[in-house]
Amino acid sequence: MTRPAQLERPDVEEVLDRPWVAIVWNDPVNLMSYVTHVLMELFGYSRDKATQLMLAVHHEGKAAVSNGTREQMEADVARLHGKGLWATLQQD
Amino acid sequence: MRFTRHRGAVRADLDAVEVQVLADLAEQLLTLVEPPEVSDDPLAALVGLSGADVPPPQDPVLSRLLPDAYRDDVDAAADFRRYTDGELRARKRADAQHVLASLPEGGGRVQLDRDAVDRWLGFLNDVRLALGTVLEVTEETDPDQLAEDDPAYQALHVYAWLGWLQESLLSCVEPRHPGQGG
Repeated sequence: MTRPAQLERPDVEEVLDRPWVAIVWNDPVNLMSYVTHVLMELFGYSRDKATQLMLAVHHEGKAAVSNGTREQMEADVARLHGKGLWATLQQD
Repeated sequence: MRFTRHRGAVRADLDAVEVQVLADLAEQLLTLVEPPEVSDDPLAALVGLSGADVPPPQDPVLSRLLPDAYRDDVDAAADFRRYTDGELRARKRADAQHVLASLPEGGGRVQLDRDAVDRWLGFLNDVRLALGTVLEVTEETDPDQLAEDDPAYQALHVYAWLGWLQESLLSCVEPRHPGQGG
């Protein structure tokens, strides 16, 4: 979408659009080591960061593991499902 | 028994019973994730889309293997499922088929390259999800608490062994960076 060069104002829709997040939900089957492994592989997180997110999932029942546009989050959720994690997306 | 790393190679020596158990599970999983029939629309069939919405699975195992992407939006979930269902099932089938093809009949050694590791991790996770759902495992589930004549005894011990096998495989590998490999 192009904007007129003279009018440098933020796109109103972008400002009002809250980002989307991909959420991983806890389940009793997935190994903690596996969840950490997947988060490192899919998102390039360090082991520390991936472990932190995994522990948040484990202790709090869920955690947001990435954020972005709706389309980006749909892609992330699809990849998480591909690795067997239970994931959903929602607006932040 | 379990996966170990030996001079850079990831391998496991499986006995005849272990091979049989894995083969049975692979075959069951393959049947379970059979893709639904595609519509008569040749273009839809070509790209693996079903013509109508793909309904969310009724079967609890399938429901866990193919989860909803939206918690509170049935239409969005249906759309997402329509576009991703085929590929997700195909991936699980490919993992199970790979493992099945690589099992040494009567027992023996399996040796895995990095791609095979990913296949095995995917397969082991899928069969654990399937068994875990059927057995309704919780964080507190403990196979040693069951009596030997309990109908769930054998299945729960298989479930525990699969977890141990998957854990041993994970301990042999470092995660790949995004973009590395398939």
